[in-house]
Amino acid sequence: MATSAAAPVLQCRGVAKSFGGVDVLAGIDLDVVAGEWLGVIGPNGAGKSTLLRSIVGLIDHEGTVALADGRPPAATDLALVPQTPELPQGMSVAEYVLLGRTAHLSWLARESRADRKIAAAVLQRLDLVRFADRAVDSLSGGEAQRVVIARALAQEAPILLLDEPTSALDVGYQADVLELVDQLRRSDGLTVIAAMHDLTTAARFVDRVALLHRGRLEIVGPASEVMVADRLSTIYGTPLTVRRIDGELVVLSAPRKSRPIHDAGGSS
Amino acid sequence: MNVSPDAAPLGAAREHASSAIGGGGAADADVALLTDGAYRLSRTAVAMSLLVLTLVGLISATSGAAGLPVGGVLASLIDSIPLIEIESSLSTRQESVLFQIRLPRMALGMLVGGSLGMAGAAYQGVFRNPLADPYFLGVSAGAGFGAVLALGFGLDIGWGPIDAVPAAAFVGAILAVTASATIARGPGSSPSTLLLGGVAMAALFSAAQTYALQRLDETRAREVLSWLFGQLNTSGWDGIYLLGPYVVICGGVLFAHRRHLDVLRVGDDEARALGLDPARSRMIVIVAASLLTAAAVSVSGLIAFVGLVVPHIVRLIISHSYRVIVPLSAIAGGAFLAFVDVGARTVVAPSELPVGVITAFVGGPFFAFLLWRGNGAKA
Repeated sequence: MATSAAAPVLQCRGVAKSFGGVDVLAGIDLDVVAGEWLGVIGPNGAGKSTLLRSIVGLIDHEGTVALADGRPPAATDLALVPQTPELPQGMSVAEYVLLGRTAHLSWLARESRADRKIAAAVLQRLDLVRFADRAVDSLSGGEAQRVVIARALAQEAPILLLDEPTSALDVGYQADVLELVDQLRRSDGLTVIAAMHDLTTAARFVDRVALLHRGRLEIVGPASEVMVADRLSTIYGTPLTVRRIDGELVVLSAPRKSRPIHDAGGSS
Repeated sequence: MNVSPDAAPLGAAREHASSAIGGGGAADADVALLTDGAYRLSRTAVAMSLLVLTLVGLISATSGAAGLPVGGVLASLIDSIPLIEIESSLSTRQESVLFQIRLPRMALGMLVGGSLGMAGAAYQGVFRNPLADPYFLGVSAGAGFGAVLALGFGLDIGWGPIDAVPAAAFVGAILAVTASATIARGPGSSPSTLLLGGVAMAALFSAAQTYALQRLDETRAREVLSWLFGQLNTSGWDGIYLLGPYVVICGGVLFAHRRHLDVLRVGDDEARALGLDPARSRMIVIVAASLLTAAAVSVSGLIAFVGLVVPHIVRLIISHSYRVIVPLSAIAGGAFLAFVDVGARTVVAPSELPVGVITAFVGGPFFAFLLWRGNGAKA
């Protein structure tokens, strides 16, 4: 389990961003520890995506994002699994995964045999062999998400960023995808930073959570410390309770105090 | 937080892990990979398209007012290769028709068609819009306006080995494509904005052209106008010498960047996250495609739809990958325009139709079909 004593692989210092005078991110200081899964949670508009996009370098921001050696991260350091990935019409899964090698190629180079081998290995590893020639735009949501993760793995970056990776998937696929990420993290020693909207799921998978609220980092720490009913209720603006079921934290809407008569017999 | 390690659906994936990524120390260059077929331009497709190009070349060389026999044409061609002597049935006069009229015209058609096909493919790639085309983006009209100023008014911004007409055409082309792209980035843009912006630019530059033509005396205006209509009339090899270097250089640049066009298909954000600088790629490709269009326009006038139709057909028949579309659009564009030009000079023989009229007759309905089918908005 990650502790604050471990060396950070990624440091954010004073990361801030405003759009039209509104501070979407206001001075985020955050250390990400090697090999940990850091969940980024917070209500809609808290700045989760903006923080991730700042870390990847997709938007100009104030402050610095630096790796352990002080460099700003490049595509060989960070791989992004976007929230709604673009799946080009007619592009095969093999071609899509091969895009992950882009950062390793010089400007006018083509993929070498070594690059093709890496992509092929990732396809096998993620059980995507039978999909290799399928068009990415013909896949189901869960299959597509796996293919996007495969592309990120082909990128061979030590840090994996996921922007609400499961928001478009049903419960079964959500668990699949997150289990997969967790396995990869353990087997490859990846560091995972994931914006997550489902608090219970976040609590199940992450080592630490960073709770964002109105562009500020409210608190960062183990889920059991961060996910406290009062704090969550205030920040999410709705009454929430936190329960422990079979040892896992579960965040639920608090029972309604006054419910309409016709609903009285229903289960909570 | 610990996760139970026996996650059922992924057990299989885990087994593969050790064998797939860990192994592979031996030299196994001949082992087939799952990714071997990715982005590959098949030899069959290249061979077929070159075959079509050759056939079109033969048709083009042998058809026209003075019919030339196929055998004689082939014999003369082989005879023209240094160190090879072969008897041809063509008379001296027929040979001069072949080498001074037919072949230059065929070659010009191929070069112009190839340029427009390739430029169209490149624009479709960088703008992520399958309906982008030099004509629709206003690039051709911009180039046309520049060329009218150079041809009709003697505007000379040529520099070094670069002639005045292509230079002026290039300035017009870049102005138009920049304006269209700027409109497409405005706050109210959607995928169709680029094309509508192109329509606006095309209208603006066409109006400017018309105004410029009005200011010319009648004879000069008629000359410039007949050029503007789009024609491949060439006396000798001048047009080829003018266009050739642009095709080699700009075509080379576009060909070299074809991988970038495939990366750009996932959008700018993802492309950047994958490690490509999308703005830089786009800039290089737009400049090369616009220069190529400008050069083509300055020798042949405005020929519409080649840049739209050709990459589309390649995409429909062969592949969505720009690594395939870019080179094949060059070959297929050359074959298409050279073939259409045979029609232009035979349909109403002994007089001629401007080839741009025929490409529009073919391309207009094709474009309408694409719109009807609803392929317009997807990249």
